[in-house]
Amino acid sequence: MENSTNHKALRVAFIGNPNCGKTTLFNAYTGANLKVANWPGVTVEKKEGSYKFRGEEFSLIDLPGIYSLTSYTMEERVSRMCILSDEVDVIVDVADASALERNMYLTMQLVELDKPVVMALNMMDIVEERGMEIDLHRMQEVLGIPVIPVSARKKTGLEALMHAVLHHKDMSARHRIEHHHKVGTNEELHREYALVYSDPIEEKIAELGSALAKKYPKLENPRWHAIKYLENDTEIIKQYPIDCELPDGCESIMINEKYDFIEEVIAEVLVNKEEKSAKTDKIDRLLTHPVLGIPVFLVIMAVVFTLTFTVGDWLKGYFEIALEVFSDAVRGLFEAVNAGELISGLVVDGIIAGVGGILTFLPNIVILFFALAILEDSGYMSRVAYVMDGLMGKIGLSGRAFIPMLLGFGCTVPAVMASRALEDKRDRLKTIFVTPFMSCSARLPVYLLLSQMFFGSFAGIAAFSMYVIGLVMAIVVALIVSKLTKKYETHTLLIELPEYKTPNAHTIFIYVWDKIKDYLTKAGTTIFLASIVLWFLLNFGMSGLVSDMSESFAASIAKFLVPVMTPTGLGYWQIIVALISGIAAKEVVVSSMSVLYGIGNISSAEGMTALSGALGEVGFTAANAYAMMIFVLLYIPCVATIATIKRESGSVRFTLGAVAMQLGTAWVMSAVVYNIISLF
Amino acid sequence: MTLRDIKIGGKCKISCIKLRDDTARRLEMLGLTQKTPVQLLNKKKSGAVIVKVRGTRFAFGREIAEGIEVSED
Repeated sequence: MENSTNHKALRVAFIGNPNCGKTTLFNAYTGANLKVANWPGVTVEKKEGSYKFRGEEFSLIDLPGIYSLTSYTMEERVSRMCILSDEVDVIVDVADASALERNMYLTMQLVELDKPVVMALNMMDIVEERGMEIDLHRMQEVLGIPVIPVSARKKTGLEALMHAVLHHKDMSARHRIEHHHKVGTNEELHREYALVYSDPIEEKIAELGSALAKKYPKLENPRWHAIKYLENDTEIIKQYPIDCELPDGCESIMINEKYDFIEEVIAEVLVNKEEKSAKTDKIDRLLTHPVLGIPVFLVIMAVVFTLTFTVGDWLKGYFEIALEVFSDAVRGLFEAVNAGELISGLVVDGIIAGVGGILTFLPNIVILFFALAILEDSGYMSRVAYVMDGLMGKIGLSGRAFIPMLLGFGCTVPAVMASRALEDKRDRLKTIFVTPFMSCSARLPVYLLLSQMFFGSFAGIAAFSMYVIGLVMAIVVALIVSKLTKKYETHTLLIELPEYKTPNAHTIFIYVWDKIKDYLTKAGTTIFLASIVLWFLLNFGMSGLVSDMSESFAASIAKFLVPVMTPTGLGYWQIIVALISGIAAKEVVVSSMSVLYGIGNISSAEGMTALSGALGEVGFTAANAYAMMIFVLLYIPCVATIATIKRESGSVRFTLGAVAMQLGTAWVMSAVVYNIISLF
Repeated sequence: MTLRDIKIGGKCKISCIKLRDDTARRLEMLGLTQKTPVQLLNKKKSGAVIVKVRGTRFAFGREIAEGIEVSED
């Protein structure tokens, strides 16, 4: 842990159900100073940020949203491990006040943990709008923990919450429990614990608790461990084995009793209970319509991509002008100081052409991420899982697997990580296997460049077709994998559909800003280095500095592969060099082309004319260009993706298999398409 | 009668869940305990349903919808 050296900071973990506004609350405290950002609503890893209040340092941890402290999914395991470890001083349980019943299940589990817990009752503004009231005072008495009303969106109650955290960092300030709920007859237990189970269960808890305490004298909370034992928690049972017979079926009874207790509390604290949320239901009547659901989804995606291509291109024009001015200025400067041609070449043709060429695509990418973030934050993304469930079922996946695939349009790395939400390992691997086919934003510059050069007014359609082909390939491959692997019980769709809300500007901004930073960092590091290395490999050969690039190191390597790539229409050593360097990051294919052909401003009109002229001379036409787009869409994912696949699958064999499968698919598909187009 | 048989807009109460143990426990944890009132908001031919339980909405695939036994409200 990066922060563990800082002992002074109070470590506060934010935990709560998915969609409870936990990340919005977290962002309200930490602003943009966080270390890792995830998709809004899809916190797949814990992230940390710092906050200062009354001279006190807080280290805040945002955990993946979970429904309970069991460990069915990877997200639950991440959150649970963090909560159970000693690295957390205070737990902030963020609960959606507008769905209090369900949210309180996790609260009750946290209360049982007997660690310092503060409940942050979020979305109180919505509750009030609906004319409901919550008796917070009574709630504190019943639960024995502080309950603080907050609104993450309106940023109210933030200081009060941290004030409560500060005061409850040790258990001494714990509230007295004043509640006698109906279940259980043991008065002593009722005084001590908020939630008391029925007598037969309590007897077993007591029995197991003393057995555990006897065998493990240092065990801090035997009651909690006994409860986990009865809930059949394999992790705890493995960690603290004792010789005893475990009664069957207790878990279900205990869940039911927890909800009985919650119902009792709700009846006491919630005034004007009302189920009015007509807005969401009305919107859902259209968006999740049995027939119209899929067409509506397709229209939404078409709008997203139209914006990406049209508005993005319009903004890109200004970036190009700026780049040209800058590039000319630098060249002029080098000439003025009489710097050697080699240095000028390296800087202008190598670095500025490579990195600058990539930067001009920033507007397209920002718009795409912006649109995806809005889809997620508004609550639509989970509807897509429902809408696509039927189709996904046919390829042996649940509708839920469609969310990682859709995120793949943004960037494959978080998309592969988002597959963690799937409970079954085989489902997860299958999703990871096909997600790289979903065309990520890094591939967009390649499509834009090639389609604008070769397809004129059809450029947009040509670029968009890549997204469709990628999706179709993902479906076909998933189908083949399903047929090959033995039939097993399919894990069917299970997903919450949150209320629709206006996307939060702050959340979207933080998210998009983070993507811009990522992109700029990539341009400044990976692409910068790749451009320099490539420039050297292209300008030096066995005989030192070469005047003809075809005698360079890069050319000699690539020429080996020309025969292999000829059937795909890509048997040109320059193209092969660009494709190989694209493994570092897909945008590098574009920057390599500008370095290879020595074109400073490759995405401008003149740059494209120069490049298409150079390509045309060697017989590279529209058919080759389209084959190249398909190859870039499908071939080996970038290094970052390969590393993520390795980490998420935990298997080198699986990773190599995925890479080989993609390379093979890319070769076959581009060869087929090239030869078909060439017939006309 | 299972959840799949309920009409759109219809209300019912959960009587029992006949699914694999871990799926059943998971649904219970989400609040689908015995006698909980459920309203069916939407369903598709494929068998997927959208339900409202304890103030929140869930989408379930066909297998889950068919595994939840319900009784008329």
